[in-house]
Amino acid sequence: MYWNKEETLPRKKLEALQLEKLKAVAARVYQKVPFYKKKFDAAGVKPKDIKSLKDIQKLPFTVKDDLRDNYPYGMFAMPMKDVVRVHASSGTTGKPTVVGYTRNDIETWADLIARCLVSAGAHKGDIIHNAYGYGLFTGGLGFHYGAEKLGATVIPVSGGNTQRQILIMKDFGSTVLTCTPSYALHLADVAAEQGIDIKKLKLRVGIHGAEPWSERMRDEIEKRVGIDALDIYGLSEVIGPGVSCECIEEKHGLHIYEDHFLAEVIDPKTGEPVEPGEQGELVFTCLSKEAFPLIRYRTKDLSHLIAEPCKCGRTSCRMSRITGRTDDMLIIRGVNVFPSQIEHVLLNIEGLEPHYLIIVDRKAALDELEVQVEVSEKIFSDEMKRLDQLRDKLENDLKDYLGVNAKITLVEPRTIQRSEGKAKRVIDKRKI
Amino acid sequence: MKVKQISVFMENQPGRLAAMASCLGDAGINIMALTVAESSDFGVIRLIVNDFEKARKILKDRKFTVAETEVLAVEIPDEPGSLGKVLKVFAEQGLNVEYMYAFVSRRQDALIVFRFDDPDKAISALKNTKVKVLTNEEVLALVK
Repeated sequence: MYWNKEETLPRKKLEALQLEKLKAVAARVYQKVPFYKKKFDAAGVKPKDIKSLKDIQKLPFTVKDDLRDNYPYGMFAMPMKDVVRVHASSGTTGKPTVVGYTRNDIETWADLIARCLVSAGAHKGDIIHNAYGYGLFTGGLGFHYGAEKLGATVIPVSGGNTQRQILIMKDFGSTVLTCTPSYALHLADVAAEQGIDIKKLKLRVGIHGAEPWSERMRDEIEKRVGIDALDIYGLSEVIGPGVSCECIEEKHGLHIYEDHFLAEVIDPKTGEPVEPGEQGELVFTCLSKEAFPLIRYRTKDLSHLIAEPCKCGRTSCRMSRITGRTDDMLIIRGVNVFPSQIEHVLLNIEGLEPHYLIIVDRKAALDELEVQVEVSEKIFSDEMKRLDQLRDKLENDLKDYLGVNAKITLVEPRTIQRSEGKAKRVIDKRKI
Repeated sequence: MKVKQISVFMENQPGRLAAMASCLGDAGINIMALTVAESSDFGVIRLIVNDFEKARKILKDRKFTVAETEVLAVEIPDEPGSLGKVLKVFAEQGLNVEYMYAFVSRRQDALIVFRFDDPDKAISALKNTKVKVLTNEEVLALVK
């Protein structure tokens, strides 16, 4: 069962399609996006120089800082009157990363998610419990439109209100669960607290992403929630969720939707392509998007490609689970958090010195973020209430800025190690 | 008329308070009054010592975070009702007590340390009462 016929195109036809689209998008961005014209010219390359798929290596890379430098709409290839939606995700500093979609882009995206749902065995008649966050985050609305396109029944629960979600799951008869992997386990925990065995509900399959997770975690979800648990991958810069997804037949490697995204794996230090099957940084070129097509976008996600044909019959290349990042970005409950953002909030407080330690842990199923902040003389007070106020203000400011809850622990100066060179700012205790 | 209090920031971990007390003791510092204000993760230790500058230096050398605050040390008769009387004086003047703690000395009266946002206003409030506000020297003289 496939959603689009492109999923089983013979490789030669797929690659021919990719080349045709690559030539078109290179020409389009060269013409419409000043940033790309400048970059192409600096690299001494013109769109007509693309004659084979390998020629993609002539094109320059795009990095997250380029999006920040062109905030908010500087890299859009369509006028705003044709952009029907924008989404945003965390930036390394103050500004979020903004992405845009035309009506056609929304349709393409919905198709991609529909593909994911079908590859998970979902169909019209399924009741899809969508617990990804709705709003600027691409997860909620991404899955929503895809599920509607499939013709299934969507319950737009979004995140939070877990007790109510269990009730809805039970009473509304949800059959497909779309949420982060840690939230799936959290639902199982809360259901158990309510005396409900989540395995006895109608849930059959889950599609989980927005944060890294392991085979061990998949086993745990499948055992405790009583579903098949599939991995989905995406990032808002490339489109959102729906760049790649596992199939229920194999549950090994995520099929990249290569008719829409040209994937490369590079050595993050040199920028050169790695050997086939070797691990490196994932790079995507958007072949179909109209409003915001990116050329060779460096994701900072580490993975490797699996070229072996899959028994599901899909001909597109697979990628492994994400095994790590090339930068220091953290994912806390599905939300991207950069340590530099935390530092930004701390330095906004008069007199607070940047001696802090970020500790990430996962007790039960949910991620917990703690920021230890050193109390120096400048911020110390003899009055407890002033220290409480400082802590409360920091917690509120972080919540506002990052979109996640953080616990602030005030500590003595001796607690946080000083180090030669770059201070170790983050301790991630999670064993995913 | 104001007394120097030293306050120390402290994590709520076993051994921290002992470490602070020991380093002061090793340096020959005599603690005359102390109180510990606590919350779940940390506390603030407030002390009146016999050598403020020496204590501050010792603690800073040991990497403690310290602060200096001016407080009032007040002498009242050591009998039921005397605390209520002095607190009433403050209340009538609209003076809010930020915190307070009491200590004993070899004299007959009870001694109370008060922290106010406006210590001068508190001193004026007590002018026409029988309550004695001690000077820094008088407080230090209580311990021999």
